[in-house]
Amino acid sequence: MQLDANNIGFHYENGPWLFRGVDLSIEPGEVVGITGPSGRGKTTFCRILASYETAIEGTVTFNNMPLSRKGYHPVQMVLQHPEKAINGRWRIQKILNEGYRPDEELLELLGIEKEWLTRWPHELSGGELQRVCVARALGPNTRFLIADEMTTMLDAITQAQIWHAVTEIAQKREMGIIVVSHESKLVQRLCDRVIEL
Amino acid sequence: MIASPKKKPLNYKQWALMKLLIYVVVIIIVILTGVFLDKENIVTNLTDRNAPPSLDHLFGTDWLGRDMFTRTVIGLTLSIGVGLIGAVGSAFIALFLGMTAATMGKWADRLISWLIDLFLSVPHLVTLILIAFTLGGGFKGIVVGVTLTHWPSLARVIRAEVMQIRSAEFVQVSQRLGKPGWWIAVQHILPHIIPQFLIGFMLLFPHVILHEAAVTFIGLGLSPHEPAIGIILSESMKYLSSGMWWLAFFPGLCLLIIVRMFDQIGENLRLLTEATGNRH
Repeated sequence: MQLDANNIGFHYENGPWLFRGVDLSIEPGEVVGITGPSGRGKTTFCRILASYETAIEGTVTFNNMPLSRKGYHPVQMVLQHPEKAINGRWRIQKILNEGYRPDEELLELLGIEKEWLTRWPHELSGGELQRVCVARALGPNTRFLIADEMTTMLDAITQAQIWHAVTEIAQKREMGIIVVSHESKLVQRLCDRVIEL
Repeated sequence: MIASPKKKPLNYKQWALMKLLIYVVVIIIVILTGVFLDKENIVTNLTDRNAPPSLDHLFGTDWLGRDMFTRTVIGLTLSIGVGLIGAVGSAFIALFLGMTAATMGKWADRLISWLIDLFLSVPHLVTLILIAFTLGGGFKGIVVGVTLTHWPSLARVIRAEVMQIRSAEFVQVSQRLGKPGWWIAVQHILPHIIPQFLIGFMLLFPHVILHEAAVTFIGLGLSPHEPAIGIILSESMKYLSSGMWWLAFFPGLCLLIIVRMFDQIGENLRLLTEATGNRH
C-alpha cells in the first residue's frame, strides 16, 4: 500500500524545469512534511501525486501500480482555499456527500454541525468550509491525504481541532499524510520526517 | 424586511423586479387579447373601409374594412409565438454546442468555434433569407430559419463560461472523487450556466421577432392571409402614399414596444441575477 514517486520532473508549458529527479516514498500511517520557499513547486508536486497534473518525466505508483485518473483516487488532496474547492451553488449536504456518505462519528470529530447541512456555502466561514472539505476527502478508500497548506488561513484553535481529528483518523485507518506548510512548528509537531524541496 | 417610518426609494434590484413584472404582465395581456379577441372583426367589411382611428376602431380600418387593432394584436401574438419557438430552439442549440465545445476536447472545440465564426461572419438576415427561401418560406421556413441563425453569439458566451468553470478547483476535486464527465457537466457546470442561458434566451427574443417581421415583410415568411406584423406593414406600404398613415403607424409602433419590452425583460433579469448574494 505504499505510495512512490520516482524521479519526478515537471515544467509548465515552455517554462524552465520547476523540479527534476524528485523521489518520495511513503508507507501507510506515515506522516511526511514537505517544506521549502514559495514557488519551488511544492503544490505542483502534490498535484502530481494526486493526479491533478501529469508529470513530464518520472512515475507515481501506488502498490507498484500506476495510478488511474478515473474512479475514486486513493490519494486525496485538501487545498488551501476551501471556498474555491466547493461549488457555491450546492448545499453543504450535497458537497459533503459527493464522494461517499460520511458517518456521524466523523462529522462530530471534525466539529461539523447538523444545522450546516441545509445551508449554502456562503453562509459558512472559511474554517467551517475547510472542515467540510476535509470530511469530503476522508472517504473509506482514501489511503493517503495531502494537506496542502490546509490550515494556513485558519485561526489557531480551528487549526488544532482539524489536525487533531485528521491525525486520529489517520492512525485508526493506517492512512498516510503529506503535510505541506510554511509553519515549521506545525510540521515538526506532526511529521515523522521532513523533506526540503 | 424591516419596516421603516419613512418611505425609502426602491433599490436597483427592487426596481428591476418591478419593471420585469410589469413587462411580463403586459405581454401576457397582449397574448391573451390576441387569443380571445373576436375574429369577426377581421372579416372583410366594405361598408367600414378606410376609416381613420376612432373609438370604434382604435387603429382604424384598412381598404377591406378590417379592424386594424384586432389585426395588430393577432399579428403580435403570432410574432411572439414565432419568437418563442425560435428563441427556445436557438438557445438550446447554443447550450448544446457551447457545452460540447468546452467539454469534448480540442477537435470538437475547433469545429464548433469555426461554425460559430462562420455564422457570425454572415449577417443574420442573409442566412435567414437563404434558409427560409430554401425551405419554401411559410411558417416552417421562417421558424427553422430563425432557429438556425440566432444561436452563435450565445453559444460563444456559454462556451467561454463552461471553460472557466471546467478549470475550477471544485471540478478537479470532483474528478478525483471519481465522478464521470457527464455527471460533472450536469451537476457542477449546468447550474452555473442557467442564468446566462435564461438571459441569453430572453435577449434572443427581440432579435427573432424583428427578423421574422423583416423576412415576412419582404415576402419570404408567413403567407399573406395571416395577419402577421410583417404582412400588415408590407401591405400598408401601398396605401401609405394615399394618406392612410394609421395602417403602418400603429402596427409598427406596437411591434417596437413589444420588442423593447422583451429586451428590457432580459436586461432586468441580468440585473437581478448578477452581483452578490444571489445564489439562491
